[in-house]
Amino acid sequence: MSQHATTYVPKSAFGKWFESRLPIASLVHSSFIAFPVPRNLTYFWTFGAILVFMLVAQIVTGVFLAMYYTPNAAMAFQSVEHIMRDVNYGWLLRYLHANGASMFFVAVYIHIFRNFYYGSYKAPREVLYILGVIIFLLMMATAFMGYVLPWGQMSFWGATVITNLFSAIPVVGETIVSFLWGGYSVGNPTLNRFFSLHFLLPFMIFGVVILHVWALHVPGQNNPTGIPIKSGKDAVPFTPYATIKDIFAVVVFMLFFGYWVFYMPNYLGHADNYIPANPAVTPSHIVPEWYFLPFYAILRAIPDKLGGVIAMFSAIAVWFLMPWLDTSKVRSTAYRPLYKQFFWVFVAVCVLLGWLGSKPAEGWYVVVSQIATAYYFIHFLVILPVLGFVERPLPLPNSILESVMGVQKGGAGMPAGANAEPQSKG
Amino acid sequence: MAETTTHVAEPTRRDFLFIATGAAAAVGGATLVWPFIQSLAPDAATVAAGAPVEVDLGPIAEGQIVKVFWRGKLIFVRHRTAEEIKAAQDVNVATLRDPQPDSARVKPDHAQWLIVYGNCTHLGCVPLGQQGEYHGWFCPCHGSVFDTSGRVRGGPAPINLPIPPYTFTSDTKIVIGQEATA
Repeated sequence: MSQHATTYVPKSAFGKWFESRLPIASLVHSSFIAFPVPRNLTYFWTFGAILVFMLVAQIVTGVFLAMYYTPNAAMAFQSVEHIMRDVNYGWLLRYLHANGASMFFVAVYIHIFRNFYYGSYKAPREVLYILGVIIFLLMMATAFMGYVLPWGQMSFWGATVITNLFSAIPVVGETIVSFLWGGYSVGNPTLNRFFSLHFLLPFMIFGVVILHVWALHVPGQNNPTGIPIKSGKDAVPFTPYATIKDIFAVVVFMLFFGYWVFYMPNYLGHADNYIPANPAVTPSHIVPEWYFLPFYAILRAIPDKLGGVIAMFSAIAVWFLMPWLDTSKVRSTAYRPLYKQFFWVFVAVCVLLGWLGSKPAEGWYVVVSQIATAYYFIHFLVILPVLGFVERPLPLPNSILESVMGVQKGGAGMPAGANAEPQSKG
Repeated sequence: MAETTTHVAEPTRRDFLFIATGAAAAVGGATLVWPFIQSLAPDAATVAAGAPVEVDLGPIAEGQIVKVFWRGKLIFVRHRTAEEIKAAQDVNVATLRDPQPDSARVKPDHAQWLIVYGNCTHLGCVPLGQQGEYHGWFCPCHGSVFDTSGRVRGGPAPINLPIPPYTFTSDTKIVIGQEATA
């Protein structure tokens, strides 16, 4: 990927002077302008850009919200209502931020499942993928702590339930929990430190995103065929092709985002969180935000407290092993007829787990949760390794170009040169 | 590094300095981390506010459950009726998930007073009093059932509602957070 068709040459005297001191212009040029992008990318490949947009949107709305919010157990709830009622456009900032968290997870789940489907996690992109899993973990921590800040009933009890998970750790569990709380129960010190960390973590995410993008630019992007770029004809330059496509996708995503913000801003939240935190009364039904529901279902499926906590963390930990659990030589599921079926079963099981997580843990819900949890782990630990050996993949195209244009017979049907070196045009 | 020193079997003065510097940096680093970690622990004000609290049992009628807080934790003070005490005592302890006789959960001669932590041992919800199959407590979150001794009798809770440290200072006064000194 290092043989770019064009290299950046500064034109102005200042450009030359600056380039010899900080070559950032040529870095941007080689990474985001001349960078070769597979010509067959679908809109599933725009979610990286959408996620960058969402991260920036969350940081901008969050920094402004932090100007009006008070991280104190006695005042936090009031200050959120102050934002909603008194601060100019405070309602918009808060609804953008609260729904933005959900939109962030919508985009990240599509991004993750696109990666699962097209085998983007496989060599040579393991480090890129693992950085992505780390970003996802940081996102979960950030979202959880953010949800605690309004200090409503769901905030308080969500914080109680989740921090109590750590008390399941043998011997040191109780000590760890008191260090998380800064007290003997969830209280003002807990709220203070969660606010501090909720402010810090997005910038840590930003740092890991830079590494993620860097790691992406070494092997280049995967694509729907899963086969690498072999010649210039397989690729188009990042700008304008990917740039414009990404911007268009971000705008469409903003329409989707806007629909939630302006038409049903509280649909994804819980009415109970408009009741101030009360340590003496529990909401009748504690549910986490929708994006945590599959993991919550796994937690509750195991009848043992420590076992449930271990299963929940393992559900994500197993992702780290995926590049090595998947033994298939073929990346893209488009050429894996058996795995394609298992992939969609897996998607269905994840959705089912999410639905079960929203239901009370009683009766047959528990049994179905246990079956779905078992299947979740079987998918990673049994199906993925075994399929690579038993499956007979479909024949792969010879090149990305061939997958798009069909097998070329003497250049018929297209003027000579029309398709050649598209990245060198314009 | 090795290339810059002479190849001798015995450790050199440089090796010693190298290891000593590394050790000093490691100890220094760990020492520096200590106050940061320690600052996360409950602070002096929280500890002070966690001092024992006195509860007057006088106004609590028979059959009533009163909620009090100690160290931010909810505590149920239950004035049990004769039937409730009998129900708690007439249980085959061996059949329980967390076997404990009722006598081990109340103070001698004060069987009518049950003092337990008010958060379900499953995930910390507040169970509802006088409800459930045994009329002890019922947790609306995940369906744990507790009897009139606060012992788990059903649902996902792993253990009985724990007993906070407390002591009777008179027949109608308890101090929560302080065990009786013999």
